[in-house]
Amino acid sequence: MPFLTGLYAFLFYFAALVLVFGLTYKVVQYSRTPAPLKIPTTPAPTTGTGVVLRMTREVVLFESLFRGNKWTWIFGWLFHFGLFLVTLRHLRYFFNPVPAVIEFIQPFGIYAGFAMVVGLVGLWARRFLVDRVRYISRPADHLMLALLLLIAASGLLMSFLLHTDIVSVKTFFLGLYHFDLRPLPADPVLLLHLAMVAVLMIIFPYSKLLHAPGLFFSPTRNQVDDPRERRLLAPWASRLERP
Amino acid sequence: MAKATFEVPVLSQYPDVPAVTPGTMAGSAPFLSKPDFQAPLGFPGELVENWQERAIEKMGELLTRYRSLRVYLDACVKCGACTDKCHYFLGTKDPKNMPVGRQDLMRKVYRRYFTPAGRLFPNLVGAQDLTREVLDEWYSYFHQCSQCRRCSVFCPYGIDTAEISMAAREIMDCIGVGQKYCNEIIGKVYKVGNNLGLPGPALIDTLEGLEEDVFDDTGVHVRYPIDQVGAEILMVTPSADFFAEPHVDGLIGYGKVFHEAGVSWTFSSYASEAANFGMFIGSYENMRRISQRIREEAIRLKVKRIVFGECGHAWRVGYSFLNTLAGPWDFLDPRYPVPQHICEFTHDLILQGRLTFDKGQNDDKVLTYHDSCNVARASRMGDTPGGQFEIPRAIIRATCNHFYDMDEETIRDRTFCCGGGGGLLTDDLIELRVKGAKPRMEALNNVMQEKGVTHMAAICAICKSQFTKVLPFYGMEMDQIVSLHQLVSNAIVLTPGADDGDEDEDDDDATDSAPTPGDEDEDAAD
Ligand code: HEM
Ligand code: SF4
Ligand code: SF4
Repeated sequence: MPFLTGLYAFLFYFAALVLVFGLTYKVVQYSRTPAPLKIPTTPAPTTGTGVVLRMTREVVLFESLFRGNKWTWIFGWLFHFGLFLVTLRHLRYFFNPVPAVIEFIQPFGIYAGFAMVVGLVGLWARRFLVDRVRYISRPADHLMLALLLLIAASGLLMSFLLHTDIVSVKTFFLGLYHFDLRPLPADPVLLLHLAMVAVLMIIFPYSKLLHAPGLFFSPTRNQVDDPRERRLLAPWASRLERP
Repeated sequence: MAKATFEVPVLSQYPDVPAVTPGTMAGSAPFLSKPDFQAPLGFPGELVENWQERAIEKMGELLTRYRSLRVYLDACVKCGACTDKCHYFLGTKDPKNMPVGRQDLMRKVYRRYFTPAGRLFPNLVGAQDLTREVLDEWYSYFHQCSQCRRCSVFCPYGIDTAEISMAAREIMDCIGVGQKYCNEIIGKVYKVGNNLGLPGPALIDTLEGLEEDVFDDTGVHVRYPIDQVGAEILMVTPSADFFAEPHVDGLIGYGKVFHEAGVSWTFSSYASEAANFGMFIGSYENMRRISQRIREEAIRLKVKRIVFGECGHAWRVGYSFLNTLAGPWDFLDPRYPVPQHICEFTHDLILQGRLTFDKGQNDDKVLTYHDSCNVARASRMGDTPGGQFEIPRAIIRATCNHFYDMDEETIRDRTFCCGGGGGLLTDDLIELRVKGAKPRMEALNNVMQEKGVTHMAAICAICKSQFTKVLPFYGMEMDQIVSLHQLVSNAIVLTPGADDGDEDEDDDDATDSAPTPGDEDEDAAD
């Protein structure tokens, strides 16, 4: 077994563990922390169905961001929608046989890669061009965009110029399911692409990427506006009720 | 024009986003609380010795108490959508007044002590120890947030900087760094019953005086009862309503509406305050204790309903939190929501055709309406979302012939704060208050120029006091701000009661001596 294959196998096992456990930990932490008061940003839905709709609009359309800033919305949405399609497209490396839906979106996935890059470049440009956004940007914010851009660019490079042996790549990943290490092609671009993806998985639960699960737990967005009808009482607050 | 020792912003026709200018408000901080004001609230009198340790411990506790705090400190992606949404940034140009800039003051400490990334790579993620400088910065900038929640409207994750300001203020209170204005006032509520420290006998005198005035004015006996056991409705209103202009004109209006509705109602001298500054300082315990007074009085006075007067943050506490803090309300009449807003009450009567108005009485005014933040973005009126925007406007339309809204970008859930909310309505923050009012003043000025608007109605005691104070800085008149129920009061056609018409038999002159609460009226307003 070549050294590289072993290294990457280890890297991906490690990254997958960190991602799954780290994210589970955060999600459990969020769901166990009570929201003791009704604080939806109003006007807010008065029913559970309404909240599901509001949340769906936030996740799919970035509704609030649309009201907040059109440029960030355009670039942000391009990037995320691109990322979403690209991720779906990549599922073909992890399933055998490949599900029909995934088969279907393959051609769109390519364009999605470009959308991602355009979005990321736009978002990064704002970090330099808009003084307010420049002021709030930390090194981590720039590095995050650099990381994603590197992933997207190396991916597109392999799609269009420096093709790699994707059959072997798929064999490598399917092999990981059974702890059966199959050789990974030693193309530098592929290795860079995969290493960066592993880094992304590792930092996910420890960085601002927590915005993805966070949105679902945001009380200003996920609460039903019914405080006069239903009494909300957090466990720690109910202890105050006893004299 | 009021004199200022600082530069009053120049109003422009189009809203402009200023260039980031660090540090313009670094020197702004409200007076520190004193040991005497801290103790009644259960806080240490002055900075405790191991304050750093205590602060981090408290922060850890709040992180397990409030999901909002935990999620919001984690989730921000620094997208910048909120950066141009805060009136304090727009008015002061100080980037730490951008909502995310303000949050980052706490986030950097959170990262340092509570996240692996901040422990390992502080510089990379902008994490920082809680030093004395950071604490001072907290005190300054978390008292430059009016908790108006405008930022939460536009943030893709609904990050509400108010939640973070409240947590920061609670942490500071717990290490002995309190704000004088809020904490002194809460002490007065505990001791006397209201923010202004008006004792029961003074309230009784004032209300008797009002009854006389209204009778002289209209020839109709309108009652302003207090502490009346067995009344149908307990009316809870900000204490500024009892005497200050333009608040009291609104209170006169409430009485006239109740008169026309033919219901019995009463104020309470013990719960003579709707305001709840416990919210501003982020203290659940104090907010609960203040709310409990309303429950106790509802029981003692054997009322069946509770109605709140015109007060923004009180309505947030009333509508959104009262059930949690002082419920359940199963002993009240289940046909009515608890509590009800006076606007909901008046609006229902209008819909039922039970109020008659002579709109001409308001013809000397061309009106616009200021949506108060806590009503607009933190509560509701009526049965449908957005009722908080439509109901007050419907009342204005029913009582006035001339009404124009300000620019859509500055009203409803995008409304700009008056600049004095969230426990900042104190003279030691006057520069902040004047500058923070800029976006609202701009929108008002524009409708004045374009539509000939002369007056702005509001339903919040803080907004009214704040505008009374800051309008003159912008070359406008302080009486351009009016109470919504003042418009109702002007236009309502009163039905004489059984005892009206005949000579007034009880000729008492007790009313000339209604007490003036002295120099309190500035920081008084709820
Ligand atoms: C539920 C799923 C998600 C939602 C609703 C969501 C939503 C958003 C929104 C509204 C923004 C702000 C606009 C922008 O800057 O693009 C944002 C930023 C960002 N998102 Fe997501 N996101 C999700 C998942 C993800 C995932 C899975 C990743 C990465 C692997 C990601 C990476 C990022 C990054 C890096 C930024 C910051 C961009 C910048 O620096 O300007 N997001 N997200
Ligand atoms: S809550 Fe209001 S005052 Fe506070 S940061 Fe947000 S917009 Fe500014
Ligand atoms: S809008 Fe929300 S996510 Fe974006 S910078 Fe402001 S607080 Fe952070």
